[in-house]
Amino acid sequence: MKKEHKHSEAKKYGMVIDLDKCTGCGACMVSCMAENNVPFKEDETNKRDSITWIRVYKLTNGKSFPDADICYMPRPCMHCEGEHGHSPCVSVCPATATDYSNETGIVSQIYTRCFGCRYCMAACPYHARYFNWWDPVWPEGMEEYLNPNVSPRMRGIVEKCSFCFHRYQLAKDKAYMEGRHEVAEDEYQTACTQACPAEAITFGDLNNPDHAVYKLKKDPNAFRLLERLGTNPKVYYLSTREWVRKAGDNYLQGEWKAEKN
Amino acid sequence: MDSALIPKGVERCSLGKFALFIAVVGAVLLWGVFAMLLCWLKGLNQTNMNDYYGFALWIWADLAVIALGGGAFFTGFLRYIIGKDELKNIINYAVLIGFICYSSALLILAIDIGQPLRGWFIFWHANVHSMLTEVAFCLSCYFVVLTIEYLPLIFENRQLDKVPFLHNLSHNMHEIMAVFAATGAFLSFFHQGSLGGVAGVLFGRPFAYREGIFIWPFTFFLFTWSAAACGPCFTILITKITEKVTKKKLVKDNVINLLAKISGWMLLTYIVAKTIDTWYWAAITAPSKGFWLMDFYSSNPLYGGGILFAEIVLCGFIPAFLLVIKDFRENPNTRMIAIILAVIGVSLNRWVMVLQVMAVPVMPFDTWALYFPSWQEIATTILPVAYGVILIALSYRYLPIFPQERELNPVTD
Repeated sequence: MKKEHKHSEAKKYGMVIDLDKCTGCGACMVSCMAENNVPFKEDETNKRDSITWIRVYKLTNGKSFPDADICYMPRPCMHCEGEHGHSPCVSVCPATATDYSNETGIVSQIYTRCFGCRYCMAACPYHARYFNWWDPVWPEGMEEYLNPNVSPRMRGIVEKCSFCFHRYQLAKDKAYMEGRHEVAEDEYQTACTQACPAEAITFGDLNNPDHAVYKLKKDPNAFRLLERLGTNPKVYYLSTREWVRKAGDNYLQGEWKAEKN
Repeated sequence: MDSALIPKGVERCSLGKFALFIAVVGAVLLWGVFAMLLCWLKGLNQTNMNDYYGFALWIWADLAVIALGGGAFFTGFLRYIIGKDELKNIINYAVLIGFICYSSALLILAIDIGQPLRGWFIFWHANVHSMLTEVAFCLSCYFVVLTIEYLPLIFENRQLDKVPFLHNLSHNMHEIMAVFAATGAFLSFFHQGSLGGVAGVLFGRPFAYREGIFIWPFTFFLFTWSAAACGPCFTILITKITEKVTKKKLVKDNVINLLAKISGWMLLTYIVAKTIDTWYWAAITAPSKGFWLMDFYSSNPLYGGGILFAEIVLCGFIPAFLLVIKDFRENPNTRMIAIILAVIGVSLNRWVMVLQVMAVPVMPFDTWALYFPSWQEIATTILPVAYGVILIALSYRYLPIFPQERELNPVTD
C-alpha cells in the first residue's frame, strides 16, 4: 500500500518505441486519428498543413545498395518535461493553454483557451504541434462515428497528441468506482500502442518499476530524440542499429564516436 | 475649403490634390482591409503559413515596425530625461511615427491570431513565464502612453485649440510629458526586450536560442539596443521622405545631425555587442547542441552566409561608422545611405530571428522549410503602411507637427 501511494504521487507516463520492429505501416497514425477525432482535408498532399498527432518519418542511412537501410520513426508529442516541467511549449504559451502535469507527466492542451498565437509551435523542435487551419469537415454520416470522449477542435487553435488522456480519465474513473487508487498498466494504453501490429510501441509509467517501459528505457540501445537540446522528452526509442541512434540527435564531427566510447 | 483647419503661417497643397493623394493611398488601404476581413472571416487558411511556419511575415512585420517605432521612446528619453532640448523639433514626428508603428503592430497581432475573439485571454489567463505575455502587457500599456503623447498634438489643431478645455488640457499634458516619456522608455525597454526574448528563449530551436542573464536571453538586451539605435534612423528617414514629398525643409540640420550622431554611437555599440553575441552563440551555444555555425547557413537556396554579413557588416558596422564620423554624418548623401542601411539592418535582424528560425531544420532527418507569403499576407502587411501614410498626411496637413516649419519656410504674403 505504501508503494502504491508513492506511485500515485508522481507518475510519468511515457513511451518506448522499438524502431527495429516498426514496419512503417501507419496503423498508429490511423488509430490515433480515429480515436482523437483528428480532422482531415480532402487533399492531404501538403503534409505541412495537415494534422497527424503521431507522424511516421522515414529515415535512410544514405548509403546505396547493398548497404542501404531504412528506418521508420513514429513521432508523437514527446511530452517534454524540460527542466522542472518547463517544456519548450508550456513555458512560452502566453495564455496558459498548455500545461505540464506533475501528476501524470502529460503535456495538456486546453482547446477552449488556446487563441491560436502558435508560439508553442515555434518552440517545439519536433513539429508535434498542429494548427487547425480549417474548421473540421467530416464526410456525411461520419459525425456518428466520432469518439464521444474527445472534443473536436475548431479552426484557429493548436492541437497535439495527448497520450489519449481521455483513456486515462476513464481508467481512473473505473478504478475509483472499484475502490482502487491505482490504474493498472493495461488499463491505460494509448490507441497507437494498441493498434501497432508489430508491438513496437510500449506505453506506461516511466517511474513505475512494474511497468515495461521502466526497464525498456534503460536498454543500452535506448535514446531520445534531440536530447541535447534539454527538452527532456518522455518518448524513448530503441534500435540496435548505430546509424539510427545517431540520427536521433545532432552531433559535431567526431562527437558521436566520443559519445559512443 | 479646409484652410480654417490648417495651422497658421504654413502652406499646404490644394484640397483637391490632397484628396486625390488620400484616395490613391486609401485604395491600397481598402485592399489591405479586404484581405484582413478574409483572414478574419475565413481563417488563417488564407495565408501560406503552415505547421512549420507558425510565425511568418506578420510576426516579422510586427517586430520590424516595433523596432522602427523605437524612435518614439528613445527620442522622448533623450529629449525629456537626458535633456537634449534640440530634439523638441522632431519629437512630435517621432511620437506620430511611433503611434503608427505600434497601432499597426497591434492590428497585425489581431489578424495573426487564430481566434481573434479570444485575444483578451492573453491578459486574463496570463502565463508569467511567457515572453509573449510581457510583450502583450507592455505593448498595450505603451500604446496608451503613445496615445497620450499624440493627443496634445491633435488638440493643437487650430480649431480644437479654440476650445478652452482642450487648450488647457493640451498645455497641462505638455507640462507633465516627461512623466509619460519616462514611463514610455521604461515600458519600451521591456517590450522591445521581451520581443527579443520571444526568440531567444526557444531552447528547442538552436538557431534562435541564446544564453543570458537571469531569465533574460542576450537577445532581450540586443533588441532594445537595436531599436534605440535604429528607431531614430527611421524617424529621420521618414522626415526626409516627408521633406521630399512636400518639397520643404521641415527640420533643421543640427537636429537631424544630433539624432544621427546619437543613433550612430548606439548602432556602433549595438553592433559590437551583436558581434560578440554571435561569436559566443556560434562558438559555444550552438556547438553544445550539435550544430556548427555553417549548418544554419548552408544546404538551402535562401539563407547563406551572406545574410549574416549583410546584417552585421553591411547594415551594421558600415552605417555605424558613417554616422559616427562627422564628415559622413553631415554629408546628406552618406547620412542617407547610413540611415537606409541601418533601417534595413534592423529589419533584416528581425527577419532572421523570426523566419530563419522557422526555416532551419532541427531534427537531423528534417529538411529546410521555405515559404512565400500569400497575397492576403502581403496585402495585410502593406495595410499599415497605407494607414501610416494617411495618418501622416492628415497630421502634417492639419497639425503643427514640425515646430521649425514656419521659420524654415516663411510664407511671403
